Amino acid sequence: MSEWQPRILAILCNWCSYAGADLAGVSRIQYPPSIRVIRVPCSGRVDQLFILKSLQSGFDGVLVSGCHPGDCHYISGNYVARRKFALLKPLLEFIGIEPDRVQFSWISAGEGERFAEVITKITEDVRKLGPSKRLVKKT
Amino acid sequence: MNSIVMKQDASTAIRELLAYLLSSSRVDAVLTMRQVPETGSCDLGLITDPSGMVEAEPFLPVMTANAGQALSSISMSGKRIAAVLKPCELRGFTERVKREQGSFDNLLTISSICGGVFPLEKVISGDLEKLVPRYIEKTARAEAPRGLRETCKACEEFVPMNADISVSVTEHGSLMHLHSDRAEEYTEGFEGERIEARADQSHIDRMMKSRSAAKGKLFQSLEKSSGLDGLVDLFGKCVGCHGCSRVCPICYCQHCDFESINFDYNQPYFQESLEARGALRLPPDTILFQLGRLTHMSFSCVGCGMCSDVCPVSIPVAGIFKKTGERTAGLFDYVPGRDSEEPIPVMVFKEEELGDIG
Ligand code: SF4
Ligand code: SF4
Ligand code: FES
Repeated sequence: MSEWQPRILAILCNWCSYAGADLAGVSRIQYPPSIRVIRVPCSGRVDQLFILKSLQSGFDGVLVSGCHPGDCHYISGNYVARRKFALLKPLLEFIGIEPDRVQFSWISAGEGERFAEVITKITEDVRKLGPSKRLVKKT
Repeated sequence: MNSIVMKQDASTAIRELLAYLLSSSRVDAVLTMRQVPETGSCDLGLITDPSGMVEAEPFLPVMTANAGQALSSISMSGKRIAAVLKPCELRGFTERVKREQGSFDNLLTISSICGGVFPLEKVISGDLEKLVPRYIEKTARAEAPRGLRETCKACEEFVPMNADISVSVTEHGSLMHLHSDRAEEYTEGFEGERIEARADQSHIDRMMKSRSAAKGKLFQSLEKSSGLDGLVDLFGKCVGCHGCSRVCPICYCQHCDFESINFDYNQPYFQESLEARGALRLPPDTILFQLGRLTHMSFSCVGCGMCSDVCPVSIPVAGIFKKTGERTAGLFDYVPGRDSEEPIPVMVFKEEELGDIG
């Protein structure tokens, strides 16, 4: 049987991180094939429930990435997102979800290298943690 | 602070004040707890006819509905209302005002240093009759009465934070403190000696001591419910009625996501989940529902205890929300319901903060 591979959901803001992923692609920068991407208009669109629901549906990790603070296409979406993520953290702790399973980053359209680094990092972090328990007791 | 000395007990004095406000047409309606003397049955009532005031029991230690929630839409009717609210109801209302679900414009808020309320089961069982006299005695001595809601025993926010009028009852008598111009204006002409006075701090300190101890115990007892297994144990018996959110003063969304088509599962969902996991707990998403509520509103939880009280399967929902809420609100030094001008933490931000995220 082939080795277990982490499955990670990457929720990327259209204006920066998604373009960063594109740049990584056209520049042929290598990174692990562990992510499934959902494009959102802005990191501010991401409700904490999206993250919980992804874990519940079986993703082993979730990455949310937006424009650098100060660079949001809609001016303040990522500042609000940052607060929402801060609020989610104690909750993840309460549920007993390892902090490394849910990561946030700011990646600009020009940072293809950085995109690859971030994906490599979260993939390795999640690989160490093993498969997610999916918010539901395995029966 | 300008205060009125109450000759009679606090309930009688406030009942008279409310009747005075109604009969002098300073307010159009009064919101207060009521009790039918003959049967002892109680409810939260909106009264416009001064003769209805005989049933008013402004400080009945019962919360049949969070009055802050009840007041929400009627506070925007343009009518002038005097509302007697427990401190957590007033805070709940304040949180709603921040969400544009209520307005202080035509309100006179009356609250009191709160001894806590009894769970509704005590009302149903008919024990209230016996409990109330003992409650009054105990709270006047700053002692904790038995049998209160768990979150009341552990409530440290029992002093009203932003009422127009607050009432303090100690063994040395009762006072009505006037905190705002509106309070001064509305009570003008109402009988009673005016003195400069504040609530008795040593009384408050003594109450705080037992509350803090109870809070420590409550939070500790909830430790075991964290972590995935703890949560499954805890919410595994949830019947998914959503009663807890219906009675919550903070949960105001008319179209709760959890009642929307997003959570209306269909055949493919079940099939997919069963293929992935081999088993599924029904109803689905009882845990996700609580986690969703925790992320969306725990920082505004006022610990009123309504949710626990209505839960048909006795899940200590309020304790969990209060405990988690203190952590989430604490991140932003936020105190729910402290001040109607203080914005809810997810509506504002600072450019320089939370550098550890991202
Ligand atoms: S009131 Fe109790 S049973 Fe009903 S949804 Fe809330 S936790 Fe579940
Ligand atoms: S979560 Fe429960 S205790 Fe907190 S405000 Fe809502 S009903 Fe009251
Ligand atoms: S547009 Fe990228 S974070 Fe707002």
